[in-house]
Amino acid sequence: MTLAATSRWRWKQPSIIPGFGLTLGFSLAYLSLIILIPLAGLVWRTASIGWAQFFAVLTDERTLAALYISFGTALIAALINAVFGVLIAWILVRYEFPGRRLIDAMVDLPFALPTAVAGIALASLYAPKGWIGAIFMPFDIRIAFTPIGIIVALIFIGLPFVVRTVQPVMEEIDREVEEAAATLGASRFQTIFTVLLPGLAPAVLTGFALAFARGVGEYGSVVFIAGNIPYVSEIAPLLIVIRLEEFNYAGATAVATIMLAISFAMLLVINLIQAWSRKRYGYV
Amino acid sequence: MSDSRTTPFRDPTDESPLVKLLVILVGLAFLAFFLFLPLVGVFVEAFRKGGQAYVEALVEPDAVSAIRLTLLVAVIAVPLNLVFGVAAAWAIAKFEFKGKAFLITLIDLPFSISPVISGLVYVLLFGSQSLLGPWLKSYGIEILFAVPGIVLATVFVTFPFVARELIPLMQDQGTGDEEAALSLGASGWQTFWFVTLPNIKWGLLYGVLLCNARAMGEFGAVSVVSGHVRGLTNTMPLHVEILYNEYNFVAAFAVASLLAALALVTLALKTILELRFGAGGAGGRRH
Amino acid sequence: MDVTINHVRKEFARFPALNDVSLEIKSGELIALLGPSGSGKTTLLRLIAGLDQPTEGQIFFGEEDASHRTVQERNVGFVFQHYALFRHMTAGDNIGFGLKVRPAAIRPPKAEIRRRVGELLDMVQLSGLEKRYPNQLSGGQRQRVALARAMAIEPRILLLDEPFGALDAKVRKELRRWLREFHDRTGHTTVFVTHDQEEALELADRVVVMSQGKIEQVGSADDVYDRPGSPFVFSFIGESSQLPVRVAPGGNVLFNGRPIGIAERQEGDAMLFFRPQDVALTQETDALFGKVTACRRLAGTRIAEIDIANGGKAHHVEIEVPLDAAVTLGADLRFRPTRWTLFAGSKAE
Repeated sequence: MTLAATSRWRWKQPSIIPGFGLTLGFSLAYLSLIILIPLAGLVWRTASIGWAQFFAVLTDERTLAALYISFGTALIAALINAVFGVLIAWILVRYEFPGRRLIDAMVDLPFALPTAVAGIALASLYAPKGWIGAIFMPFDIRIAFTPIGIIVALIFIGLPFVVRTVQPVMEEIDREVEEAAATLGASRFQTIFTVLLPGLAPAVLTGFALAFARGVGEYGSVVFIAGNIPYVSEIAPLLIVIRLEEFNYAGATAVATIMLAISFAMLLVINLIQAWSRKRYGYV
Repeated sequence: MSDSRTTPFRDPTDESPLVKLLVILVGLAFLAFFLFLPLVGVFVEAFRKGGQAYVEALVEPDAVSAIRLTLLVAVIAVPLNLVFGVAAAWAIAKFEFKGKAFLITLIDLPFSISPVISGLVYVLLFGSQSLLGPWLKSYGIEILFAVPGIVLATVFVTFPFVARELIPLMQDQGTGDEEAALSLGASGWQTFWFVTLPNIKWGLLYGVLLCNARAMGEFGAVSVVSGHVRGLTNTMPLHVEILYNEYNFVAAFAVASLLAALALVTLALKTILELRFGAGGAGGRRH
Repeated sequence: MDVTINHVRKEFARFPALNDVSLEIKSGELIALLGPSGSGKTTLLRLIAGLDQPTEGQIFFGEEDASHRTVQERNVGFVFQHYALFRHMTAGDNIGFGLKVRPAAIRPPKAEIRRRVGELLDMVQLSGLEKRYPNQLSGGQRQRVALARAMAIEPRILLLDEPFGALDAKVRKELRRWLREFHDRTGHTTVFVTHDQEEALELADRVVVMSQGKIEQVGSADDVYDRPGSPFVFSFIGESSQLPVRVAPGGNVLFNGRPIGIAERQEGDAMLFFRPQDVALTQETDALFGKVTACRRLAGTRIAEIDIANGGKAHHVEIEVPLDAAVTLGADLRFRPTRWTLFAGSKAE
């Protein structure tokens, strides 16, 4: 009895608020049913494929090409978003201009707009005859139906991750820090590039990682604009769908497992960045 | 030292007007290319052949059934995740227990999983090659390539939205109000209804909005489990895809414009909630 | 570096934060700007630094009109209230920042910067902590890093905004003494802002008392405490009581129409100010008297709180009474100010 009481106390602080068992129990049951058991099914399925076959899928040239394209385009898009996301966050936090509120609200559009809608809109816009595609045609630059199109879609999808991660940190910047830099003789340019931006680095890195992780897994907005040519513009999620349509479950599962492993590694990296930043600088 | 008198004073924490203008223009150009033009394009394409073609595309039976299915899926998926979100936030925010951080990570999991994989896990679980699928089928229960599968995939994808919104909010609010209510003799349910719920209602609404937008718009996960049966297992985004691939652009963009309008309404409500009630704190920034 | 502030006026959105302020700061002086919040003391400090621009008036650094010099050009050391340390830089990098951002032509070489940083760390007694991040330092240590950072650029003048405001009482006392020694050693012209009169009186060569955007009085600690120039200064600095009085023809000071046993020259309505310790108990009738409402022990003395009736209302005063004096709660007590100041025509604060 006493033993039970002490061991119970160890993992949960006593509280007079009721409902712990009910809410936690329900949450865990629901979490298990919806997320954990299906995911465990995937892992179990992977395990049952066997190493040889798993390795064969992994080293299959088409798989490698798809992974390379997914990660490569997601990386480039996330880098572009890191630059422009910071710039847009800066405009929204620091500058007053007509329509700022509206633009602030619109930055979340990629969160709210269904990916398929974004996909067909971007595809028709960046197609050779589209509004923007036509601008680039004279230079013989094709955007839609090439890997550049994938990057365009992933920029759309990832932008709010950077802006919304950086923006609150930027709002917290103490003006005195900038004034301090100025009193020490730093030009505005030096203040921005040696004081402000390095201070934002952890937030930018987090936003970059989130945009990157999302970009790697993105499907809806990409398939319409990518052209989906194997080895050229076929992304890994699409390859999973193709393998499923071929009833090649082992192939689909293997690709999914690789992607999942990399995504979890990304998640871990994000958490490590934040823990490191919190420990060292006292902020994220 | 009169030479320096001509230098106008500038706030040391501000850029020159020219730099400002330049930066704003660059930012707006970027947003125009990647955000505004695509949005405008949806509506322009939808009305390319006039209002009548637009309306026809929407009242066509397959479109109507897609709209109906999308609403049905949202009506089931959102309340499920709402109940879960409140329960999880209650357990996590009002109590101290070991493994809490891990639990929060698990709840966030669907955010970092490709939608296609979210669909795939259910294919593996309920497909004809699985153990469960044929067994359920022998009882006449169809999950995959039917409505239940679509609902499950949607629930998976929208799983964290409400919880993610409520957890930081309720953690900030602490347990003082609840303890006061309990000490005044309120029951647990009364405390929740009369004290906690009014405190979190705007955050809850915010989470539900985002959850609903994603539920109605989900494409990848639903695409994998749906089977694309016209008039039966087609949601609006899937219907858009089919029309687009058939080069029926006006109809595709017409249906898409409904979804875009839903997104705009969501953004408008979200903005109002943020301005009015300060809903959507740090936790709401990621999805 | 002498600093001259010449009829400076500063408005924020039509609200005057500073109104016709003039002040001369001599080279090597340690000056305190003292006042309640909203008195304009921080505004004045920021104007000297060039962080804000005066609406009217000039600020001279020596002979040079600095009014139109940018903050970067002014070469002032500014220590912010919350230090404003760069959180992503180590203490050493913070201190070396001002040297590192200099134009290439006048930037010291890296080794020289490192040497200077080491020197400054020694000077502020933080040797060995140069690799720490601000987050890993205590409040007092951060404050000294901020000071060393400001000193690194060899400023013409050192400005400190509430330098001890964010520290707890014990550290504050230590740092106060330390700053005084630091100033004596380096001889920098220093201006600091504070709302803590004890800090200002103890530390500064001269105290500038400010109120509502104006300078009320400039003087040594003795000046502002013993010879307050205005009702505000008298009531703001140290403990004091005030009573509305009238000086009758002939010089007798009357309270409530009765003489209270002191005399003044200038006739008419006035405000009588005196400090708790500057009174003597008396048995004579031409004195102030009132009911003792409370009596408390304060370190080595005893303070009596007294309500003095004046027509319908009562004035609350506090006086110091000898420890052995018989003071009964509710009983009348008679006393006369032994040192006082009359401000003619002024109203009660």
